Amino acid sequence: MAPTMVKKPRVTRNPDLVRGVGKFSRSQMYHKRGLWAIKAKNGGVFPHHDPKAVAPTPAEKAPKFYPADDVKKPLVNKRKHKPTKLRASITPGTVLIVLAGRFKGKRVVFLKQLSSGLLLVTGPFKINGVPLRRVNQSYVIATATKADVSSVNVEKFDDKYFSKEAAKKNKKGEGEFFEAEKDEKNALPQGKKDDQKAVDAPLIKAIEGVADLKSYLASRFSLKSGMKPHELIY
Amino acid sequence: MKGRQGERVRLYVRGTVLGYKRSKSNQYPNTSLVQIEGVNTKEEVAWYAGKRMAYIYKAKVKRNGSLYRCIWGKVTRPHGNTGVVRAKFKSNLPPKAMGMRVRVFMYPSSI
Repeated sequence: MAPTMVKKPRVTRNPDLVRGVGKFSRSQMYHKRGLWAIKAKNGGVFPHHDPKAVAPTPAEKAPKFYPADDVKKPLVNKRKHKPTKLRASITPGTVLIVLAGRFKGKRVVFLKQLSSGLLLVTGPFKINGVPLRRVNQSYVIATATKADVSSVNVEKFDDKYFSKEAAKKNKKGEGEFFEAEKDEKNALPQGKKDDQKAVDAPLIKAIEGVADLKSYLASRFSLKSGMKPHELIY
Repeated sequence: MKGRQGERVRLYVRGTVLGYKRSKSNQYPNTSLVQIEGVNTKEEVAWYAGKRMAYIYKAKVKRNGSLYRCIWGKVTRPHGNTGVVRAKFKSNLPPKAMGMRVRVFMYPSSI
């Protein structure tokens, strides 16, 4: 036969009035489906095709090993997560306050949302020391301040860019590999440094165009005496 | 906990543990009552619902490289009309925590 194409899902011509009750009766459905026309074309009888001749499958040998205990198969789970909804207050260019982690309190520029739902964010590095980094939406407060990120190209960044290097197999001499491993771990690959500069350069130019934005990003957010977070406007 | 130097930023609101949820002669230690600074009405508590909090205390022995230990918890609901909050912790707060400081963080944030 012709190569199987993607089958269109079969749509029913009989809408449900209530679950279990269709709108049309059996005879009405017979007419709707056009079975009368198919029969008429075939001379009053419903067409019958003989099953295709199938090459006989070779007889399967009994397996020579049966496991002692029955192994339970885990149930199929086809649930998929919905994509994380981005808060309306967070748009590219928004200045965010990071609430936890190494850079807590830092004000940072939002670039885009990655496919995992995490937010891609940058200091910029020269201004406040925050590199291109992923941050979770729940650990961030969006301020009303926006920076201009139209000149920044963030197409190439995705979650794979931030994944850890796969642990290298090292079975060589012990003394040697300890030192070598340490060096590799600490050094940031030059490629990443270049990416940082490429993203930050146009961004910093745009930031310097706005009064005080640079020093705003360089400063950290902190709660002071008498400040009530539930009353602040960010 | 913070061995490094640098700017001290406070990103938490101070809170005080008032005691356990209780009636006149029975107390239920799985829920604690916390007074958050600056929060005085039940409407203001809405902002804090679900926010995480930590009760931090010191111990004599180092664990995980630090003498400080922490019990994590979260704000569950308001308690009464004047801004007191109910909180549930991962393990119940010890009674010596009554009257002590609790840090109410600003995350998970929804702003």
